[in-house]
Amino acid sequence: MDALALEAAGGKKVANGAAVAAPLPPPAPVKRKPAKKAKKAVVFFEVEILDAKTKDKLCFLDKVEPNATIGEIKSMFHKSHPQWYPARQSIRLDPKGKSLKDEDVLQHLPVGTTATFYFRDLGAQISWVTVFLTEYTGPLVIYLMFYFRVPFIYAPKYDFTTSKHWVVHLACMCHSFHYVKRLLETLFVHRFSHGTMPLRNIFKNCTYYWGFAAWMAYYINHPLYTPPIYGEQQIRLALIIFLFCQIGNFSIHIALRNLRPPGSKTRKIPYPTKNPFTWIFLLVSCPNYTYELGSWLGFTVMTQCLPVAFFTLVGFIQMTVWAKGKHRSYLKEFRDYPPLRSPILPFIL
Amino acid sequence: AKLSRTQHSKIPFNKDINLKFFAMTILRFFFTLLSRWLVIAVGLVRAYLARGSYHGLYYSIEKPLNVCPLCHIPGIVPSSVVLTGFQVMSRVFLTWAVTHSVREVQSEDSVLLFVTAWTVTEIIRYSFYTFSLLNHLPYLIKWARYTFFIVLYPMGVTGELLTIYAALPYVQKTGLYSVTLPNKYNFSFDYYTFLILIMISYIPLFPQLYFHMIRQRKKVLGHVEDYSKVE
Repeated sequence: MDALALEAAGGKKVANGAAVAAPLPPPAPVKRKPAKKAKKAVVFFEVEILDAKTKDKLCFLDKVEPNATIGEIKSMFHKSHPQWYPARQSIRLDPKGKSLKDEDVLQHLPVGTTATFYFRDLGAQISWVTVFLTEYTGPLVIYLMFYFRVPFIYAPKYDFTTSKHWVVHLACMCHSFHYVKRLLETLFVHRFSHGTMPLRNIFKNCTYYWGFAAWMAYYINHPLYTPPIYGEQQIRLALIIFLFCQIGNFSIHIALRNLRPPGSKTRKIPYPTKNPFTWIFLLVSCPNYTYELGSWLGFTVMTQCLPVAFFTLVGFIQMTVWAKGKHRSYLKEFRDYPPLRSPILPFIL
Repeated sequence: AKLSRTQHSKIPFNKDINLKFFAMTILRFFFTLLSRWLVIAVGLVRAYLARGSYHGLYYSIEKPLNVCPLCHIPGIVPSSVVLTGFQVMSRVFLTWAVTHSVREVQSEDSVLLFVTAWTVTEIIRYSFYTFSLLNHLPYLIKWARYTFFIVLYPMGVTGELLTIYAALPYVQKTGLYSVTLPNKYNFSFDYYTFLILIMISYIPLFPQLYFHMIRQRKKVLGHVEDYSKVE
């Protein structure tokens, strides 16, 4: 048995196969074809899936093609356990190890002809597109409710009135444009690496976006709103910054999309293109976050509203965390990654 | 070699000189805190005997009360950073943002209630840490630490909530720590509503912390019972 396992695994570690072979049910060896005699004979694999926590045997698959992918194994597992659709399965070689990717091929993994995998339930999953659409539609609608001074928000005498300050109208247009842009990008531009995320994220994310939108909108559209101190100059400058960064952010999203052919999950180093807004790639790994920060700084200056400043700050902290992670994974994956680049702020952060 | 079964010491006492020095520093630190809480306790007892106004009492213990929680060092103390941090924040809030800021509540009985609860808890807790470091933890102290909270916790929470509730009318009247519109930052904050929200937050938070301690109790005290059976 050991010789067969060695041959099939191509000399890699076979600890799993050898150790698990003992407690297998007797009929198993009978179904195997001897690989020693006919070199072209296909050695079918057997896949055993155990629960990562309890080590219970959840599923046994026999006659699995050696070139089967983890994705296909997940589909087979799903048939025997319909409540665990493939998106919520985490299959790993080690109970505490990293999840295997859907594209990984069975015979290239360090397993014997009897492969043991550990399963962990990732919990109910929801698609990224659904989450994005929900979390971005909220702010769009909520802000407009405050803008039109829907009843029960402000004192009754202000119901359905409009602000006398033109900056308030401008702010509404900018805010709405921003979220419409995000919705359209979600539908037509972004190419997601992962299809799904845990269900509880939608509650967390929506609370964040919707809550902050309501908080900001309340003050900007308040009857007692105070316009910016430096008046038209301040508003004009802020608007220029905001629009510049919106175009920049969009350019980066397009550039990132073009890195990846449709339906694929390849990862490449992004480089500046003919579009001047992408030249920031020379200095920054995640310029989409840089531009996003710029947009919200512009909006803060435009409205001169402290809650907007808080929102910008919190968003900046979160985006910095993401940018640093992305930068680190770029450095790990690509040897020739440009050394001049910083994660989010040129030379600073 | 005699095995110490009653607790796990994180600092091996018989190793480096540096480690020994470090451990002694921590020990000295815990003793200081312990004595501070004992001072507070003595003050409380005297006040109770005097049966007078607690107004003066609050001022005498205010300083040590404030320094103590701020001296918690995460990592050194073998308990969850999140829970300890939470407790520290709530204590600092109660002391500074409520009791100190609203003079009128300082002579309330509720202040005495939570100060007593905190005092007894901390004395036991610091004794626990100190003796743990010395590798000579009497079972009584361990038992006390994981049992007294059953009464002290609700007692402290009641005192805290009553104090906040007592402060409400004064906060509303004076507009303490509140910002109103219009202003150039387009921001407002109502401390009165904020205090009410804090009180409401006790409803989900307190049971979680309480039952966490109960689970800890089962784990720690139940474990020792097994060992004593083996003996």
